Order: sequence, then C-alpha cells, then structure tokens
Amino acid sequence: MLNFLTYFVNGISLGSIYAIIALGYTMVYGIAKMLNFAHGDVIMIGSYIIYTSMVTWGLDPLLSIVIAAAGCTVLGIVTEKVAYKPLRGAASSLAVLITAIGVSYLLQNLALLIFTANPKSFSSVVSWDGISLAGGELKIQGVTIITIITSLIVLLALQTFIKKTKQGQAMVAVSEDKGAAALMGINVNKTISLTFAIGSGLAAIAGALLCSAYPNLTPYTGAMPGIKAFVAAVLGGIGSIPGAMIGGLLLGIIESLSKRYISTQLSDAIVFSILIIVLLVRPTGLLGKKVQEKV
Amino acid sequence: MLEIKDLEVSYGMIKALKGISFRVDEGEVIALIGANGAGKTTALHTITGLLPAESGSIRFDGVELTKVPAHKIVAMGMAHVPEGRRVFANLSVLQNLRMGAYTRSDRDEISRNLEMVFSRFPRLKERQNQLSGTLSGGEQQMLAMGRALMSSPKIILMDEPSMGLSPILVNEIFDIIEKVKADGTTVLLVEQNAKKALSISDRGYVLETGRIVLEGKASELLNNEQIRKAYLGE
Ligand SMILES: Nc1ncnc2c1ncn2[C@@H]1O[C@H](COP(=O)(O)OP(=O)(O)OP(=O)(O)O)[C@@H](O)[C@H]1O
Ligand SMILES: [Mg+2]
Repeated sequence: MLNFLTYFVNGISLGSIYAIIALGYTMVYGIAKMLNFAHGDVIMIGSYIIYTSMVTWGLDPLLSIVIAAAGCTVLGIVTEKVAYKPLRGAASSLAVLITAIGVSYLLQNLALLIFTANPKSFSSVVSWDGISLAGGELKIQGVTIITIITSLIVLLALQTFIKKTKQGQAMVAVSEDKGAAALMGINVNKTISLTFAIGSGLAAIAGALLCSAYPNLTPYTGAMPGIKAFVAAVLGGIGSIPGAMIGGLLLGIIESLSKRYISTQLSDAIVFSILIIVLLVRPTGLLGKKVQEKV
Repeated sequence: MLEIKDLEVSYGMIKALKGISFRVDEGEVIALIGANGAGKTTALHTITGLLPAESGSIRFDGVELTKVPAHKIVAMGMAHVPEGRRVFANLSVLQNLRMGAYTRSDRDEISRNLEMVFSRFPRLKERQNQLSGTLSGGEQQMLAMGRALMSSPKIILMDEPSMGLSPILVNEIFDIIEKVKADGTTVLLVEQNAKKALSISDRGYVLETGRIVLEGKASELLNNEQIRKAYLGE
C-alpha cells in the first residue's frame, strides 16, 4: 500500500510537470491554432539557463528560475515573430507544423553547440528534503511536494488571469474568432505574442522542476516530456486549460504506476495506447468541447 | 462622415469590388442592398480593416482608413456588427458586452452604456450570465448589436442583422435600428431585406457584382421599377 502511495504521489508530481508543459501547448494551440512542437525544447533551453545561472554563476535558485523564465519568454516571443507569424494566414497549417519541427531541431542543435552532448548534472532548485509519513515508511521528497504546489498555483493564476483580466478575456476572444476580436479593438498579434510569452515562461518553470526531479540535462531533455505533454493536452482536450491539467496528471499517474506494476520498458507504450483509446472514444479529448455554432 | 471612393478589393484573382464609391453623412441611415455575392460584406470588411483594399480610399471623419489596422478602427468611433453575428460563444453575454467596450477605460461611462444596452435589449439583461453560444439566433443578433453599441460608436455598420430571423424578430431588430438612429448614431445597413431596409433608411445604394448600379433617396428607390422587380419581388 505504501509502495503504491509512493508511486502514486510521484505520478502526481510527474503529471504536474506534464500539466505545466501541456498548458503551454494548449494555450498556443487555442489561440494561434498551431501545434508548437518546439515547445519541449524551450523547456530544455530554460533548464540550461537555470543550470548556467545556478552552477556556473552561482546565483540563487529562485533568481535563476526568474532569469530562465524571462529568457524563455523572450525566446517564445522571438520564435513566434520570426518563424510562425510570417506563415500565419497565408500558409497551410502543414507549413507551420514543419517550421515548428525545424525550430525544435534548431534549438537542440544550438544547445548541442553551446553545451555539448555531455549530460550536465543539474542540482535541484529545491533544497528541502521533504517529509516522512507512517513512521518513516512513506517518504515524500521536497521537490515532489513543491512541484505539485507549483502546478496548482500556476493553474489558479492562469485561470484567474483568463477569467478576470481584460487581456485574459481578449485571449479567449482571439482563440474563438480573430476577426471579431479585432473588431473589438483587440490587437490580435500582440495577444498571440503574449500567449507564446506565457507558455514559454511556464516551460522554464517546468524545466526547473523536471531537472530537479531528474537531474540529467542534455540537449534532448525536453523532447520526450514535450511529446508527453502534447499527449496530455490532447487527452484532456486540446485548447482546454483544465483539460491540460487533468490530462497531465492522468498521464503522470499512469506512467508512474505502470512503471511500478507493469513494466518500465512498456510504460511509454501504455501511455500512448491510452491516448489512442481515449481519442477513439472521445475524439475531442476528455474536456474538449465541440464548437457550438448557430446559424 | 464616411466617404468611400473607387474602392477595389480582390480575393486572389477574383475581383469582388470593382471600384465602388458611396458616402454616409452624419445622422443618416444608409442602406446598401444587393443580391448574394454582390460584395456587400466585402465592402464592410474592407472599411473596418478585416480585408485589405487594393486601391481607392476610405475616409472617416477626414482620416484615411485603408492603412489603419482593424483593431484601431473601433476606438475611432466605428463599430461593425458582422455577418453571422460572430459573438464569442465561450464568453457569457455580459463578457461579450464588455468586450465591446474593450478599448474604453472610463468605468462609469461603460456601466452607463451597459444599462442603456440592457434597457434596449431586456432579454440580454435576463441572460447576462448565460454562455453566448447557447443563445438563440435572435438573441445572438441582439448581443452582437449590443456589443457594438458598447463601444459608443459614432457610426455602426450592420451586416444583414435580420438574416435568419422570424418576422416578429425582424421587426424588432428594425425598430432597434431606428432607435439607434434616433440616439444620433449613424448607420450603414447592409441588407437582403431591401424593402425593410429602405423603409427605415434615408438613402440607399444598390450593389451588383462589385459595382454600384443605382443610388438615391430611399423613398425613390422603393418606387423604382428596376428595384421593385429585382429586389422587392414585385
Ligand atoms: N474569402 C473569399 N475568398 C474568395 N472569394 C470570396 C471570399 N469571400 C467572398 N468572396 C467572393 O466575393 C464576392 C462577394 O462576396 P460577399 O461576401 O462580399 O457578398 P455579399 O454581398 O455579402 O453576399 P451575401 O448577401 O450572400 O452575404 C462573392 O462572389 C464571393 O464568392
Ligand atoms: Mg454578406
């Protein structure tokens, strides 16, 4: 039982990281209607920034995360401006998708060039050891707890931003109808930029948590979590913020438990099989809704 | 107030507007009528910047609009009720109305404006917390009009506000347009329902495959032989 709980809690923690990444995927998809396959690599860049700032420069972990979030925000805005915006409207969505894959390789190769392929051992941004329960039988690591709390804060902050602020409402409007949003006076391009900025900033936070839990940083670190977060976003219903959260958590829990009870090698296959099954039953994902249109 | 000169607009190789000119003076209701595909929606979209003009000019209160991006138009005092309503389905009625006042920051004025819209559309007030996507077609049309009025515009462009509505609702919508005019707001009204549109308008223009083929006082157009045959079904 304790064993189960340990894996379950770890699953929630891993799922929280997927959720934070998935939020970025889902927001960008909702607003720019594109799958930003380079999103996972933004996590990796963010992690390298934290690594450099913390290990090389010896800065405070929190400050390092702030620097990484700022760096990734800029990276997100710049890639959108340079690579995706010129393709918007005119080009097919396929062109945008291929460009995103190109950006993904570009970021990986850039990291390869600067940091080489040698894994960097990341030191956790969380120094707290955590708690032991049940007389020391059940240990929950500090980073696990911090990860779960962080993702909850992120979700709440994001929901509040979208529901309560003018900019957040503008995001919803743009995600539904860019033309009508422009007629309201909303600057659509700026809103898309802002979305990329938020998604990329969140990626930096996810990077910090990911590398604290799995302290092995290479240029390919972001790729797999990126894909799984994408799966989480689709599972929850792409475009839906609560959906990304639930999809992420489910994915993390399933992955963790299937590693324990089924097979470590098969855990990824199981994760993807579940995606396929869910999509067969509910093509719009768990919380995805069909767009209602009235004529 | 609004002056369009030799406006040409194309979709790729297809020329949808082949040099149209018309004007709307302050306080007027102007009807722009024409059959399906004549280019009415294209004209409105070009005026509010959703489509680029190929050549020609659009002047609003002396300012050239052809180079102004769409999101800057509403703050200049021009609102557009687009064809097919296009309300934000995932936002509530109230949130949609607030979107209409997106560029404004004068809180008191906005709430006064909101009360005005609610008094004009009591049904919106009853349903203010309902998601707009679940409103009926007529309610959505009212919301789209209310949303446009929330910007407190000098001129309001309406694209087929009566489309798909029952006769009673059509009358209601036209009543509201008359009230909007009575409040001093200028109206450019695109309609297929030529008879109704002309009956509440000061002047009218008839658009046919990208060209203005007829213009004049609304009362004259209503009695025009050509129009009676082509658009009034008589
Ligand atoms: N996005 C588009 N791409 C290509 N052609 C278009 C596009 N939109 C409109 N057109 C064409 O431009 C012409 C004018 O269309 P427009 O929508 O302005 O007509 P309309 O007068 O508003 O018609 P309706 O009364 O049916 O709404 C039509 O021939 C139409 O097929
Ligand atoms: Mg039309």
